[in-house]
Amino acid sequence: MSNPQFEIRNSKSFDGKSYLDMELLRFTTAGSVDDGKSTLIGRLLYDSKSIFEDQYEAIKTSSEKHGDEYVNLALLTDGLKAEREQGITIDVAYRYFSTPKRKFIIADTPGHIQYTRNMVTGASTANLAVILVDARHGVVEQTKRHSIIASLLGIPHIAVCINKMDLVEYKEDVYAKIVEDYRLFATRLKTKDIQFIPISALNGDNVVHRSDKMKWYEGGTLMYLLETIHIASDINHIDMRLPIQYVIRPYNNGFHDYRGYAGRIASGVIRPGDNIVVLPSGFTSKVKSVELDGKKMEEAYAPLSVTVLLEDDIDISRGDMLVREGNLPRQSQDIEAMVCWMSDKPILLNGKYALKHTTKDVRAVVKEIKYKLDINTLHRVTENPTIGMNDVGRITIRTTAPLCFDSYTKNRDTGSFILIDEASNVTVGACMIID
Amino acid sequence: MSYTLNHLKTLESESIFVLREVAAQFHNPAILFSGGKDSILVTYLAKKAFYPASIPFPLVHIDTGHNFPETLEYRDGLVKKLGVKLIVGSVQQSIDDGMVAEEKGYSASRIRLQTTTLLDIIEKNKFDACIGGARRDEEKARAKERFFSHRDEFGQWDPKNQRPELWNLFNGRMQQGENFRVFPISNWTELDVWQYLAMEGIEMPSLYFSHKRKVFERDGVLLAESPFIPMKPNDVAEEKIVRFRTIGDITSTGATLSAAASMDDIIQEVAASRVTERGGRADDKRGETSMEDRKKVGYF
Repeated sequence: MSNPQFEIRNSKSFDGKSYLDMELLRFTTAGSVDDGKSTLIGRLLYDSKSIFEDQYEAIKTSSEKHGDEYVNLALLTDGLKAEREQGITIDVAYRYFSTPKRKFIIADTPGHIQYTRNMVTGASTANLAVILVDARHGVVEQTKRHSIIASLLGIPHIAVCINKMDLVEYKEDVYAKIVEDYRLFATRLKTKDIQFIPISALNGDNVVHRSDKMKWYEGGTLMYLLETIHIASDINHIDMRLPIQYVIRPYNNGFHDYRGYAGRIASGVIRPGDNIVVLPSGFTSKVKSVELDGKKMEEAYAPLSVTVLLEDDIDISRGDMLVREGNLPRQSQDIEAMVCWMSDKPILLNGKYALKHTTKDVRAVVKEIKYKLDINTLHRVTENPTIGMNDVGRITIRTTAPLCFDSYTKNRDTGSFILIDEASNVTVGACMIID
Repeated sequence: MSYTLNHLKTLESESIFVLREVAAQFHNPAILFSGGKDSILVTYLAKKAFYPASIPFPLVHIDTGHNFPETLEYRDGLVKKLGVKLIVGSVQQSIDDGMVAEEKGYSASRIRLQTTTLLDIIEKNKFDACIGGARRDEEKARAKERFFSHRDEFGQWDPKNQRPELWNLFNGRMQQGENFRVFPISNWTELDVWQYLAMEGIEMPSLYFSHKRKVFERDGVLLAESPFIPMKPNDVAEEKIVRFRTIGDITSTGATLSAAASMDDIIQEVAASRVTERGGRADDKRGETSMEDRKKVGYF
């Protein structure tokens, strides 16, 4: 029993020092049992020398126990007992690896329609989505569904990997046809940066190393894309938004009058001397200091956690938002949003839910269900739409107090909120605010 | 100017955000402190998150009674330095009270017994959130953990039915009697932890650095010679140059042969390592899903 494609690592190809100054890229992979997703992740981990001996030994032993003929790399990602027994991915699993250039977090999510909510969870914080297409089958319903979810969740970059090229004799025309089909479909997506790579995850073609069997392909490998894709501009550095999480008031000598407003910058840049407005009160003040752990900063930007001190003593508490004068978010109690529903009880028209937006908690009532979106076709169902588990749709809500928000396309942090069932306390809706 | 953050700053910012959410959303949170590098990191991140106020959580140490003396020394020093409150939950006490029975045999361990003591301490102190230093890259069941992990009134984890966790919106709502486990450093890897501790110049327990120690091998794990671990007739303890990659209860923490004597040495060693840090943990070798099984009933 051996698996020559996946040998264990011998040594890291880089030392600890070069690791210090790297960017973090979060990407999501969605897929189902046979499309080679686990093999692709295994390949990325293996070729970046991130599979450890004891991990490999452990999955080898359990593959033998399951009677598998080869070392089943899916066991690396499927952690729960039920997942191992059934050979499926149920929940989001997070994987970590790094190369000398970047550190990566993979949110590995199941691809089946019944796990749409897990896909949405994984996609909510991703910079990039890897979409796998089986070269033998081309663009299928699942490809479209994954792409639509990635686009809906505002993932800025999509890498479409046309996998199993080895099974179509590495033919260029097969690849070209799939690219054409996908492009045609993708005109309806919001994500503009879409790249295509022909790969064989099993044999390692164009995953980390360039393939010598597809000379016709002139682009980079998947790893090259992951390592070099420009993500710094994906964060909004224009509209300063600082939702206040917590007010720091030390009760110790030396800091009697200290009032620090703690929060993580959602977008934009904040500097001492900036004129700011506190929302929703509308009070204005000037930034006295931006600091963390007593160290003052000349400027701070998203997504840094900071503590801000103001020149004036004004009433600010959790749920308020600091913004820059002349650049205000929208403020309203009536909000339109796309919702992905995550509960087996369908969304209730006129139903009341707890709502969490940035650091603010309010209650909301569902005023209107405009339509349900068919996430395989983008078709809108407007007649008596019911939004049940794993459905996506457009709703209008009214909140008990005004929210300060931006559209989701402008700002993923101030443009998103969740709905919570007030009886069970479970998160039931993931919502993205529409312009 | 380009507004980019390196990965350590990104992780630090994320963890501080989570810690502040805990302080804001819960009434009575605590940090579960094991004396290992991960809980040390969490404690220092909490210091940063609330400075100049003191850390608004007590440290809770579930003491198996089978400690490395160095761990207790470090713990007490840290508590004094940061001015935090320490609460010790004693497994020995739980045994004496008849709540649990000691395991028998050569591989007897108090790891499972810790869960009872932990749940007891949570109940007695009415903690509604316990902050832990678990990381998703450590172990396969932990790869599935949320930042905010809900526990029912029995302290149980239901891995198949976890709350979705979207964006940076953490839902800490719960019923009376339930509680949360919160993992602020979920996204850190072992290398990230060491890089950060070195960058910040944080003093670490001596056990992490290479030293001479009498050890013996059992089931592929090098265990420290200790009155708490019964030796089999043909077990022979030999003095070796070792260090510990993880620090826990003495009976289940394996040593590694290592000459890494400084933070930089450790970082080099971790970067080049061929086995995971938990590869040296005897408690994880009790079955394929031993961590998941322990977590379901309320383990850290």
